Amino acid sequence: MDITFKDVSFIYQANSPFAHIALKDVSFHIPSGSFVAIIGHTGSGKSTLIQHLNGLITPTKGEVRIGDYRIHSGKKPDSLKELRSRVGVVFQYPEHQLFDETVEKDIAFGPKNFGVPAVEISKRINEILPAVGLDENLLDRSPFDLSGGQMRRVAIAGVLAVKPEILVLDEPTAGLDPKGQREMMDMFYNLHKDQGLTTVLVTHSMEDAVKYADQVIIMNKGSKYMEGPPEEVFVQRELLNQVQLDIPEIIQFLHAFETRFGSHIPFKRQTIERLAQEISQVVKGADLRE
Amino acid sequence: MREKFIEFRNVSFRYGDNEPWVLKNVSFDIYKDEWVAIIGHNGSGKSTIAKLMNGLLYPQEGEIIINGLPVNDKHVWEIRKFVGMVFQNPDNQFVGTTVQDDVAFGMENRGVPREEMILRIEEVLKAVRMEEYRLTEPHRLSGGQKQRAAIAGVLAIKPEVLILDEATAMLDPRGRKEIMQTVAEIQQQSEISLITITHDLQEVVKAERVIVMNNGKVWDEAKPREIFAKKDELRKIGLDVPFVAVLADELIQNGIMIKNEPLDHDEILEELWTLHSKM
Repeated sequence: MDITFKDVSFIYQANSPFAHIALKDVSFHIPSGSFVAIIGHTGSGKSTLIQHLNGLITPTKGEVRIGDYRIHSGKKPDSLKELRSRVGVVFQYPEHQLFDETVEKDIAFGPKNFGVPAVEISKRINEILPAVGLDENLLDRSPFDLSGGQMRRVAIAGVLAVKPEILVLDEPTAGLDPKGQREMMDMFYNLHKDQGLTTVLVTHSMEDAVKYADQVIIMNKGSKYMEGPPEEVFVQRELLNQVQLDIPEIIQFLHAFETRFGSHIPFKRQTIERLAQEISQVVKGADLRE
Repeated sequence: MREKFIEFRNVSFRYGDNEPWVLKNVSFDIYKDEWVAIIGHNGSGKSTIAKLMNGLLYPQEGEIIINGLPVNDKHVWEIRKFVGMVFQNPDNQFVGTTVQDDVAFGMENRGVPREEMILRIEEVLKAVRMEEYRLTEPHRLSGGQKQRAAIAGVLAIKPEVLILDEATAMLDPRGRKEIMQTVAEIQQQSEISLITITHDLQEVVKAERVIVMNNGKVWDEAKPREIFAKKDELRKIGLDVPFVAVLADELIQNGIMIKNEPLDHDEILEELWTLHSKM
Protein backbone atom coordinates (compact mmCIF):
# COMPACT_ATOMS: atom_id res chain seq x y z
CA MET A 1 0.00 0.00 0.00
CA ASP A 2 1.32 3.44 -0.78
CA ILE A 3 1.11 6.42 1.54
CA THR A 4 0.35 10.00 0.51
CA PHE A 5 0.27 13.09 2.71
CA LYS A 6 -1.37 16.10 1.07
CA ASP A 7 -0.88 19.44 2.86
CA VAL A 8 -1.29 17.80 6.24
CA SER A 9 -1.32 20.04 9.30
CA PHE A 10 -1.96 18.91 12.82
CA ILE A 11 -2.62 21.18 15.78
CA TYR A 12 -2.78 19.84 19.30
CA GLN A 13 -5.55 21.42 21.37
CA ALA A 14 -6.69 23.54 18.45
CA ASN A 15 -8.85 26.60 19.24
CA SER A 16 -7.53 26.79 22.78
CA PRO A 17 -4.84 28.94 24.38
CA PHE A 18 -2.64 25.82 24.43
CA ALA A 19 -2.83 25.25 20.66
CA HIS A 20 0.40 23.83 19.40
CA ILE A 21 1.19 23.27 15.73
CA ALA A 22 2.87 19.88 15.45
CA LEU A 23 2.70 19.45 11.66
CA LYS A 24 2.53 22.18 9.08
CA ASP A 25 1.54 21.60 5.43
CA VAL A 26 3.36 18.32 5.09
CA SER A 27 3.16 16.60 1.69
CA PHE A 28 4.98 13.51 0.46
CA HIS A 29 4.41 10.25 -1.34
CA ILE A 30 5.74 6.87 -0.27
CA PRO A 31 5.38 4.26 -3.03
CA SER A 32 4.22 0.79 -2.09
CA GLY A 33 7.12 -1.51 -1.18
CA SER A 34 9.62 1.21 -0.33
CA PHE A 35 11.66 1.59 2.84
CA VAL A 36 11.51 5.15 4.15
CA ALA A 37 13.47 6.68 7.01
CA ILE A 38 12.00 9.67 8.85
CA ILE A 39 14.62 11.71 10.65
CA GLY A 40 14.41 14.77 12.84
CA HIS A 41 14.99 16.09 16.32
CA THR A 42 12.81 15.53 19.31
CA GLY A 43 9.84 17.79 18.68
CA SER A 44 10.25 17.84 14.90
CA GLY A 45 6.87 16.19 14.34
CA LYS A 46 8.01 12.64 13.60
CA SER A 47 5.77 10.96 16.16
CA THR A 48 2.74 13.07 15.24
CA LEU A 49 3.34 12.14 11.63
CA ILE A 50 3.35 8.40 12.21
CA GLN A 51 0.25 8.55 14.39
CA HIS A 52 -1.62 9.59 11.24
CA LEU A 53 -0.65 6.39 9.49
CA ASN A 54 -3.17 4.19 11.26
CA GLY A 55 -5.72 6.82 12.14
CA LEU A 56 -4.72 7.32 15.79
CA ILE A 57 -5.12 10.99 15.01
CA THR A 58 -6.71 12.72 12.04
CA PRO A 59 -5.24 15.77 10.33
CA THR A 60 -6.49 19.19 11.38
CA LYS A 61 -6.10 20.17 7.74
CA GLY A 62 -5.30 18.25 4.59
CA GLU A 63 -5.59 14.59 3.70
CA VAL A 64 -3.76 11.35 4.38
CA ARG A 65 -4.19 8.49 1.92
CA ILE A 66 -3.14 4.96 2.80
CA GLY A 67 -3.87 2.74 -0.19
CA ASP A 68 -7.58 3.35 -0.80
CA TYR A 69 -8.24 4.72 2.68
CA ARG A 70 -8.66 8.45 3.02
CA ILE A 71 -8.30 10.25 6.30
CA HIS A 72 -9.51 13.85 6.27
CA SER A 73 -9.69 16.58 8.80
CA GLY A 74 -12.04 15.48 11.56
CA LYS A 75 -13.20 12.39 9.69
CA LYS A 76 -11.76 8.96 10.28
CA PRO A 77 -12.39 6.33 7.62
CA ASP A 78 -15.45 4.12 8.27
CA SER A 79 -13.27 1.06 8.21
CA LEU A 80 -10.70 2.22 10.74
CA LYS A 81 -10.34 -1.27 12.17
CA GLU A 82 -9.55 -2.68 8.76
CA LEU A 83 -6.97 0.05 8.18
CA ARG A 84 -5.33 -0.82 11.48
CA SER A 85 -5.10 -4.46 10.54
CA ARG A 86 -3.13 -3.39 7.48
CA VAL A 87 -0.85 -0.85 9.16
CA GLY A 88 1.23 -2.33 11.97
CA VAL A 89 2.90 0.13 14.32
CA VAL A 90 5.80 -0.83 16.57
CA PHE A 91 6.00 2.00 19.09
CA GLN A 92 9.07 2.97 21.10
CA TYR A 93 9.94 0.43 23.77
CA PRO A 94 7.12 -1.89 22.62
CA GLU A 95 8.03 -4.37 25.35
CA HIS A 96 6.31 -2.02 27.82
CA GLN A 97 3.02 -3.01 26.19
CA LEU A 98 3.28 -6.74 26.88
CA PHE A 99 0.60 -7.86 29.30
CA ASP A 100 -0.56 -11.44 28.81
CA GLU A 101 0.27 -14.60 30.77
CA THR A 102 2.25 -16.32 28.08
CA VAL A 103 4.26 -15.31 25.05
CA GLU A 104 1.82 -17.20 22.82
CA LYS A 105 -1.25 -15.41 24.20
CA ASP A 106 0.46 -12.07 23.90
CA ILE A 107 1.34 -12.59 20.25
CA ALA A 108 -2.16 -13.90 19.52
CA PHE A 109 -3.92 -10.92 21.10
CA GLY A 110 -3.73 -8.67 18.04
CA PRO A 111 -4.90 -11.12 15.35
CA LYS A 112 -7.61 -12.45 17.71
CA ASN A 113 -8.99 -8.92 18.04
CA PHE A 114 -9.11 -8.64 14.29
CA GLY A 115 -11.11 -11.86 14.08
CA VAL A 116 -8.41 -14.17 12.77
CA PRO A 117 -9.41 -17.83 13.46
CA ALA A 118 -7.36 -19.69 16.09
CA VAL A 119 -5.97 -22.22 13.61
CA GLU A 120 -4.71 -19.44 11.38
CA ILE A 121 -3.18 -17.65 14.37
CA SER A 122 -1.12 -20.70 15.37
CA LYS A 123 0.01 -21.08 11.81
CA ARG A 124 1.12 -17.45 11.72
CA ILE A 125 2.91 -17.74 15.05
CA ASN A 126 4.89 -20.68 13.73
CA GLU A 127 5.97 -18.64 10.74
CA ILE A 128 6.77 -15.49 12.68
CA LEU A 129 8.86 -16.97 15.50
CA PRO A 130 11.89 -17.85 13.34
CA ALA A 131 11.56 -14.55 11.46
CA VAL A 132 11.89 -12.55 14.69
CA GLY A 133 14.50 -14.90 16.12
CA LEU A 134 12.49 -16.39 18.98
CA ASP A 135 12.61 -20.02 20.03
CA GLU A 136 9.40 -22.07 20.03
CA ASN A 137 9.91 -23.26 23.60
CA LEU A 138 9.41 -19.68 24.81
CA LEU A 139 5.72 -19.76 23.83
CA ASP A 140 4.54 -21.06 27.21
CA ARG A 141 6.77 -18.75 29.22
CA SER A 142 5.63 -15.51 30.77
CA PRO A 143 6.86 -12.63 28.60
CA PHE A 144 8.04 -10.93 31.78
CA ASP A 145 10.64 -13.64 32.42
CA LEU A 146 12.44 -12.90 29.17
CA SER A 147 15.40 -10.63 28.53
CA GLY A 148 14.76 -7.11 27.24
CA GLY A 149 15.71 -8.04 23.68
CA GLN A 150 13.46 -11.10 23.70
CA MET A 151 10.55 -9.11 25.14
CA ARG A 152 10.89 -6.63 22.33
CA ARG A 153 10.84 -9.46 19.78
CA VAL A 154 7.63 -10.82 21.32
CA ALA A 155 5.98 -7.41 21.03
CA ILE A 156 7.09 -7.15 17.40
CA ALA A 157 5.80 -10.67 16.69
CA GLY A 158 2.42 -9.50 18.00
CA VAL A 159 2.35 -6.70 15.43
CA LEU A 160 3.50 -8.99 12.61
CA ALA A 161 0.89 -11.65 13.50
CA VAL A 162 -1.76 -9.28 12.19
CA LYS A 163 0.01 -9.50 8.79
CA PRO A 164 0.22 -5.78 8.10
CA GLU A 165 1.15 -4.47 4.66
CA ILE A 166 2.70 -1.33 6.10
CA LEU A 167 5.08 -1.61 9.03
CA VAL A 168 5.79 1.55 11.02
CA LEU A 169 8.80 1.42 13.34
CA ASP A 170 9.40 4.14 15.93
CA GLU A 171 13.06 3.90 16.95
CA PRO A 172 12.90 0.13 17.18
CA THR A 173 16.51 -0.37 18.32
CA ALA A 174 16.58 2.15 21.20
CA GLY A 175 18.26 0.69 24.27
CA LEU A 176 19.70 -2.40 22.54
CA ASP A 177 23.41 -3.13 22.42
CA PRO A 178 25.20 -2.76 19.05
CA LYS A 179 24.85 -6.40 18.11
CA GLY A 180 21.18 -6.41 19.14
CA GLN A 181 20.64 -3.26 17.07
CA ARG A 182 22.22 -4.78 13.99
CA GLU A 183 20.29 -8.02 14.35
CA MET A 184 17.01 -6.19 14.86
CA MET A 185 17.50 -3.94 11.82
CA ASP A 186 18.57 -6.87 9.64
CA MET A 187 15.45 -8.70 10.80
CA PHE A 188 13.21 -5.79 9.76
CA TYR A 189 15.00 -5.49 6.45
CA ASN A 190 14.51 -9.19 5.70
CA LEU A 191 10.82 -8.98 6.64
CA HIS A 192 10.51 -5.91 4.45
CA LYS A 193 11.90 -7.79 1.46
CA ASP A 194 10.42 -11.23 2.05
CA GLN A 195 6.90 -9.98 2.72
CA GLY A 196 6.94 -7.06 0.31
CA LEU A 197 6.15 -4.59 3.11
CA THR A 198 6.12 -0.83 2.93
CA THR A 199 8.33 0.15 5.85
CA VAL A 200 8.42 3.51 7.63
CA LEU A 201 11.32 3.82 10.06
CA VAL A 202 11.60 6.69 12.52
CA THR A 203 15.23 6.89 13.57
CA HIS A 204 18.04 9.06 14.92
CA SER A 205 20.59 6.87 13.23
CA MET A 206 21.88 8.32 10.00
CA GLU A 207 23.89 5.13 9.57
CA ASP A 208 20.72 3.00 9.55
CA ALA A 209 19.04 5.40 7.13
CA VAL A 210 21.98 5.11 4.75
CA LYS A 211 22.08 1.34 5.06
CA TYR A 212 18.42 0.45 4.70
CA ALA A 213 16.29 3.27 3.31
CA ASP A 214 15.41 3.99 -0.33
CA GLN A 215 14.01 7.36 0.65
CA VAL A 216 14.69 9.77 3.51
CA ILE A 217 12.34 12.43 4.86
CA ILE A 218 13.92 15.00 7.17
CA MET A 219 11.48 16.77 9.48
CA ASN A 220 12.15 20.08 11.20
CA LYS A 221 9.78 22.03 13.46
CA GLY A 222 6.73 20.29 12.06
CA SER A 223 7.58 20.79 8.40
CA LYS A 224 9.17 18.56 5.81
CA TYR A 225 12.69 19.94 5.51
CA MET A 226 14.28 17.63 2.97
CA GLU A 227 13.33 14.54 1.02
CA GLY A 228 15.07 12.17 -1.37
CA PRO A 229 17.33 9.16 -1.69
CA PRO A 230 19.95 8.99 1.11
CA GLU A 231 22.87 9.53 -1.26
CA GLU A 232 21.36 12.86 -2.31
CA VAL A 233 20.07 14.07 1.04
CA PHE A 234 23.04 13.25 3.23
CA VAL A 235 25.65 14.99 1.11
CA GLN A 236 23.99 18.36 1.79
CA ARG A 237 26.02 19.07 4.85
CA GLU A 238 25.18 22.76 5.15
CA LEU A 239 21.43 22.22 5.05
CA LEU A 240 21.59 19.41 7.59
CA ASN A 241 23.85 21.43 9.88
CA GLN A 242 21.38 24.28 9.84
CA VAL A 243 18.89 22.03 11.62
CA GLN A 244 21.56 20.56 13.90
CA LEU A 245 21.60 17.17 12.27
CA ASP A 246 24.84 15.32 11.75
CA ILE A 247 25.73 13.65 8.51
CA PRO A 248 26.64 9.95 8.45
CA GLU A 249 30.21 9.28 9.51
CA ILE A 250 31.34 7.98 6.11
CA ILE A 251 30.31 11.27 4.48
CA GLN A 252 32.04 13.28 7.22
CA PHE A 253 35.13 11.30 6.48
CA LEU A 254 34.87 11.90 2.73
CA HIS A 255 34.75 15.65 3.38
CA ALA A 256 37.78 15.53 5.65
CA PHE A 257 39.57 13.42 3.07
CA GLU A 258 38.83 15.92 0.33
CA THR A 259 40.11 18.80 2.45
CA ARG A 260 43.35 16.97 3.12
CA PHE A 261 44.03 15.36 -0.26
CA GLY A 262 42.16 17.69 -2.61
CA SER A 263 40.58 14.62 -4.18
CA HIS A 264 36.85 14.21 -4.28
CA ILE A 265 35.54 10.69 -3.70
CA PRO A 266 31.78 10.78 -4.31
CA PHE A 267 29.40 9.18 -1.83
CA LYS A 268 27.37 6.47 -3.47
CA ARG A 269 26.44 4.34 -0.46
CA GLN A 270 29.64 2.38 -0.92
CA THR A 271 30.77 -0.21 1.61
CA ILE A 272 33.84 0.52 3.75
CA GLU A 273 35.58 -2.17 1.70
CA ARG A 274 34.93 -0.28 -1.53
CA LEU A 275 35.83 3.02 0.11
CA ALA A 276 39.21 1.60 1.16
CA GLN A 277 39.94 0.64 -2.46
CA GLU A 278 39.10 4.16 -3.64
CA ILE A 279 41.22 5.77 -0.93
CA SER A 280 44.17 3.52 -1.60
CA GLN A 281 44.16 4.55 -5.24
CA VAL A 282 44.40 8.22 -4.25
CA VAL A 283 47.05 7.58 -1.63
CA LYS A 284 49.13 5.59 -4.09
CA GLY A 285 49.01 8.59 -6.36
CA ALA A 286 46.58 7.43 -9.02
CA ASP A 287 44.82 10.22 -10.85
CA LEU A 288 41.12 9.87 -10.21
CA ARG A 289 40.03 12.59 -12.59
CA GLU A 290 38.20 11.14 -15.51
CA MET B 1 51.47 6.81 41.17
CA ARG B 2 47.78 7.58 41.06
CA GLU B 3 45.64 6.90 44.03
CA LYS B 4 43.09 4.07 43.85
CA PHE B 5 39.58 5.34 44.34
CA ILE B 6 37.38 2.33 43.63
CA GLU B 7 38.50 -1.26 44.11
CA PHE B 8 36.53 -4.35 43.14
CA ARG B 9 38.12 -7.41 44.76
CA ASN B 10 36.86 -10.78 43.49
CA VAL B 11 33.29 -9.55 43.39
CA SER B 12 30.48 -11.99 42.52
CA PHE B 13 26.83 -11.04 42.43
CA ARG B 14 23.50 -12.65 41.60
CA TYR B 15 19.96 -11.42 42.07
CA GLY B 16 18.76 -14.52 43.94
CA ASP B 17 20.01 -17.82 45.34
CA ASN B 18 18.77 -19.77 42.34
CA GLU B 19 19.61 -17.14 39.76
CA PRO B 20 22.67 -17.27 37.51
CA TRP B 21 25.70 -15.19 38.51
CA VAL B 22 25.53 -11.75 36.91
CA LEU B 23 29.10 -10.98 37.96
CA LYS B 24 31.65 -13.67 38.60
CA ASN B 25 34.92 -12.96 40.35
CA VAL B 26 35.31 -9.43 39.04
CA SER B 27 38.36 -7.42 40.06
CA PHE B 28 39.50 -4.00 38.86
CA ASP B 29 40.65 -0.63 40.15
CA ILE B 30 39.58 2.85 39.17
CA TYR B 31 41.91 5.69 40.04
CA LYS B 32 41.33 9.24 41.19
CA ASP B 33 40.59 11.71 38.37
CA GLU B 34 40.44 8.92 35.84
CA TRP B 35 37.88 8.54 33.02
CA VAL B 36 36.97 4.91 32.56
CA ALA B 37 34.43 3.56 30.08
CA ILE B 38 32.72 0.27 30.84
CA ILE B 39 31.36 -1.50 27.78
CA GLY B 40 29.75 -4.87 27.12
CA HIS B 41 26.68 -6.43 25.55
CA ASN B 42 23.28 -6.15 27.25
CA GLY B 43 23.28 -8.49 30.23
CA SER B 44 27.08 -8.50 30.54
CA GLY B 45 26.90 -7.04 34.04
CA LYS B 46 27.72 -3.38 33.35
CA SER B 47 24.78 -1.83 35.13
CA THR B 48 25.11 -4.20 38.07
CA ILE B 49 28.62 -2.84 38.55
CA ALA B 50 27.21 0.69 38.74
CA LYS B 51 24.62 -0.32 41.33
CA LEU B 52 27.28 -2.04 43.42
CA MET B 53 29.37 1.14 43.43
CA ASN B 54 26.94 3.11 45.55
CA GLY B 55 25.46 0.32 47.60
CA LEU B 56 22.16 -0.03 45.76
CA LEU B 57 23.22 -3.68 45.69
CA TYR B 58 25.72 -5.61 47.78
CA PRO B 59 27.85 -8.48 46.42
CA GLN B 60 27.43 -12.03 47.75
CA GLU B 61 31.15 -12.62 47.41
CA GLY B 62 34.18 -10.38 47.36
CA GLU B 63 34.64 -6.83 48.49
CA ILE B 64 34.21 -3.34 47.10
CA ILE B 65 36.26 -0.49 48.54
CA ILE B 66 35.49 3.11 47.69
CA ASN B 67 37.75 5.88 48.89
CA GLY B 68 39.16 3.48 51.46
CA LEU B 69 35.75 2.45 52.84
CA PRO B 70 34.20 -0.98 52.28
CA VAL B 71 30.71 -0.72 50.75
CA ASN B 72 28.40 -2.12 53.43
CA ASP B 73 25.48 -1.03 55.61
CA LYS B 74 27.80 0.83 57.93
CA HIS B 75 29.43 3.01 55.28
CA VAL B 76 26.83 3.20 52.54
CA TRP B 77 25.51 6.66 53.50
CA GLU B 78 29.02 8.05 53.76
CA ILE B 79 29.89 6.52 50.36
CA ARG B 80 26.83 7.94 48.65
CA LYS B 81 28.08 11.42 49.55
CA PHE B 82 30.89 11.09 47.07
CA VAL B 83 29.40 8.76 44.46
CA GLY B 84 27.07 10.54 42.05
CA MET B 85 25.05 8.53 39.59
CA VAL B 86 22.89 9.42 36.57
CA PHE B 87 20.73 6.75 34.96
CA GLN B 88 19.37 6.11 31.49
CA ASN B 89 15.81 7.36 31.64
CA PRO B 90 15.66 11.11 32.30
CA ASP B 91 12.00 10.92 33.30
CA ASN B 92 12.62 8.60 36.22
CA GLN B 93 14.88 10.82 38.27
CA PHE B 94 13.04 14.03 39.04
CA VAL B 95 11.50 14.96 42.36
CA GLY B 96 11.46 18.77 42.32
CA THR B 97 8.78 20.95 40.74
CA THR B 98 11.40 23.23 39.20
CA VAL B 99 14.92 22.58 38.00
CA GLN B 100 16.43 24.47 40.92
CA ASP B 101 14.28 22.61 43.48
CA ASP B 102 15.38 19.40 41.92
CA VAL B 103 19.03 20.34 42.08
CA ALA B 104 18.53 21.35 45.72
CA PHE B 105 16.97 18.01 46.67
CA GLY B 106 20.22 16.07 47.03
CA MET B 107 21.80 18.88 49.04
CA GLU B 108 18.79 19.18 51.37
CA ASN B 109 19.13 15.48 52.13
CA ARG B 110 22.71 16.04 53.08
CA GLY B 111 21.96 19.07 55.24
CA VAL B 112 23.87 21.62 53.16
CA PRO B 113 23.22 25.12 54.62
CA ARG B 114 20.87 27.34 52.60
CA GLU B 115 23.48 29.98 51.69
CA GLU B 116 25.81 27.30 50.42
CA MET B 117 22.95 25.67 48.48
CA ILE B 118 22.17 28.88 46.63
CA LEU B 119 25.80 29.25 45.60
CA ARG B 120 26.08 25.68 44.47
CA ILE B 121 22.85 25.75 42.45
CA GLU B 122 24.24 28.75 40.61
CA GLU B 123 27.54 27.03 40.01
CA VAL B 124 26.27 23.64 38.80
CA LEU B 125 23.53 25.02 36.56
CA LYS B 126 26.19 27.15 34.95
CA ALA B 127 28.46 24.14 34.52
CA VAL B 128 25.78 22.20 32.65
CA ARG B 129 24.60 25.35 30.80
CA MET B 130 21.11 25.31 32.27
CA GLU B 131 21.05 28.68 34.10
CA GLU B 132 18.13 29.86 32.00
CA TYR B 133 16.00 26.93 33.05
CA ARG B 134 16.33 27.42 36.80
CA LEU B 135 12.58 27.93 37.27
CA THR B 136 11.38 25.58 34.51
CA GLU B 137 9.32 22.53 35.40
CA PRO B 138 11.43 19.45 34.65
CA HIS B 139 8.76 17.82 32.47
CA ARG B 140 8.92 20.77 30.08
CA LEU B 141 12.57 20.10 29.28
CA SER B 142 13.88 18.11 26.34
CA GLY B 143 15.54 14.76 27.03
CA GLY B 144 19.01 16.27 26.81
CA GLN B 145 18.10 19.16 29.10
CA LYS B 146 16.62 16.72 31.61
CA GLN B 147 19.85 14.74 31.70
CA ARG B 148 21.84 17.94 32.15
CA ALA B 149 19.59 18.94 35.04
CA ALA B 150 20.04 15.47 36.54
CA ILE B 151 23.81 15.81 36.23
CA ALA B 152 23.61 19.25 37.90
CA GLY B 153 21.74 17.70 40.82
CA VAL B 154 24.47 15.12 41.22
CA LEU B 155 27.30 17.64 40.87
CA ALA B 156 25.72 19.81 43.57
CA ILE B 157 26.58 17.20 46.18
CA LYS B 158 30.23 17.52 45.09
CA PRO B 159 30.84 13.87 44.29
CA GLU B 160 34.33 12.54 43.81
CA VAL B 161 33.16 10.10 41.19
CA LEU B 162 30.44 10.62 38.62
CA ILE B 163 28.87 7.47 37.15
CA LEU B 164 26.82 7.79 33.96
CA ASP B 165 24.90 4.56 33.42
CA GLU B 166 23.87 4.79 29.75
CA ALA B 167 22.83 8.34 30.58
CA THR B 168 22.90 9.42 26.94
CA ALA B 169 21.25 6.33 25.44
CA MET B 170 17.83 7.91 25.06
CA LEU B 171 19.08 11.16 23.55
CA ASP B 172 19.52 12.06 19.90
CA PRO B 173 23.09 12.23 18.56
CA ARG B 174 23.42 15.98 19.04
CA GLY B 175 22.09 15.86 22.61
CA ARG B 176 24.49 13.04 23.33
CA LYS B 177 27.48 14.97 22.04
CA GLU B 178 26.57 18.09 24.04
CA ILE B 179 26.18 16.17 27.29
CA MET B 180 29.50 14.43 26.83
CA GLN B 181 31.28 17.71 26.10
CA THR B 182 29.81 19.21 29.25
CA VAL B 183 30.77 16.20 31.33
CA ALA B 184 34.30 16.07 29.92
CA GLU B 185 34.83 19.76 30.80
CA ILE B 186 33.52 19.24 34.31
CA GLN B 187 35.72 16.21 34.81
CA GLN B 188 38.83 18.15 33.81
CA GLN B 189 38.02 21.23 35.87
CA SER B 190 36.89 19.57 39.06
CA GLU B 191 39.25 16.59 38.96
CA ILE B 192 36.69 13.92 39.67
CA SER B 193 36.70 10.35 38.45
CA LEU B 194 34.28 9.65 35.64
CA ILE B 195 32.80 6.26 34.85
CA THR B 196 30.70 6.03 31.70
CA ILE B 197 28.75 2.86 31.06
CA THR B 198 27.88 3.04 27.41
CA HIS B 199 27.45 1.54 23.95
CA ASP B 200 28.42 4.79 22.28
CA LEU B 201 31.79 4.38 20.61
CA GLN B 202 32.46 8.13 20.60
CA GLU B 203 32.26 8.10 24.38
CA VAL B 204 34.51 5.06 24.64
CA VAL B 205 37.19 6.57 22.41
CA LYS B 206 37.51 9.61 24.71
CA ALA B 207 38.02 7.60 27.89
CA GLU B 208 41.49 7.00 29.29
CA ARG B 209 40.83 3.36 29.93
CA VAL B 210 38.17 0.85 28.93
CA ILE B 211 36.89 -2.11 30.91
CA VAL B 212 35.18 -4.63 28.63
CA MET B 213 32.63 -6.90 30.31
CA ASN B 214 31.47 -10.18 28.82
CA ASN B 215 29.11 -12.65 30.49
CA GLY B 216 29.75 -11.27 33.96
CA LYS B 217 33.53 -11.27 33.71
CA VAL B 218 36.17 -8.69 32.92
CA TRP B 219 37.08 -9.61 29.35
CA ASP B 220 39.75 -6.98 28.90
CA GLU B 221 41.02 -3.78 30.43
CA ALA B 222 43.18 -1.40 28.39
CA LYS B 223 43.44 1.93 26.57
CA PRO B 224 40.79 2.50 23.86
CA ARG B 225 43.39 2.14 21.13
CA GLU B 226 44.47 -1.26 22.38
CA ILE B 227 40.88 -2.42 22.82
CA PHE B 228 39.79 -1.43 19.32
CA ALA B 229 42.79 -3.20 17.78
CA LYS B 230 40.98 -6.44 18.72
CA LYS B 231 38.20 -5.92 16.21
CA ASP B 232 37.23 -9.46 15.38
CA GLU B 233 37.20 -10.54 19.01
CA LEU B 234 35.09 -7.51 19.99
CA ARG B 235 32.54 -8.34 17.32
CA LYS B 236 32.38 -11.90 18.57
CA ILE B 237 31.28 -10.71 21.99
CA GLY B 238 28.59 -8.48 20.47
CA LEU B 239 30.39 -5.14 20.45
CA ASP B 240 30.96 -2.61 17.73
CA VAL B 241 34.17 -1.19 16.35
CA PRO B 242 34.60 2.45 15.27
CA PHE B 243 34.40 3.31 11.56
CA VAL B 244 38.06 4.38 11.37
CA ALA B 245 39.24 1.11 12.89
CA VAL B 246 37.33 -0.88 10.26
CA LEU B 247 38.59 1.41 7.51
CA ALA B 248 42.19 0.98 8.71
CA ASP B 249 41.84 -2.79 8.39
CA GLU B 250 40.40 -2.54 4.90
CA LEU B 251 43.19 -0.17 3.85
CA ILE B 252 45.78 -2.67 5.05
CA GLN B 253 44.05 -5.24 2.82
CA ASN B 254 44.67 -2.84 -0.04
CA GLY B 255 48.35 -2.57 0.72
CA ILE B 256 48.18 0.73 2.63
CA MET B 257 50.16 -0.06 5.74
CA ILE B 258 48.45 1.81 8.58
CA LYS B 259 50.70 1.24 11.58
CA ASN B 260 48.94 2.94 14.48
CA GLU B 261 45.41 1.92 15.38
CA PRO B 262 43.54 5.18 14.59
CA LEU B 263 40.85 6.52 16.94
CA ASP B 264 39.48 9.38 14.87
CA HIS B 265 39.40 10.85 11.37
CA ASP B 266 42.39 13.15 11.95
CA GLU B 267 44.64 10.34 13.05
CA ILE B 268 43.95 8.12 10.06
CA LEU B 269 44.14 11.04 7.61
CA GLU B 270 47.46 12.12 9.11
CA GLU B 271 48.89 8.66 8.57
CA LEU B 272 47.46 8.42 5.05
CA TRP B 273 49.01 11.78 4.21
CA THR B 274 52.42 10.70 5.48
CA LEU B 275 52.23 7.53 3.39
CA HIS B 276 51.06 9.50 0.38
CA SER B 277 53.97 11.94 0.65
CA LYS B 278 56.45 9.08 0.58
CA MET B 279 54.97 7.50 -2.52
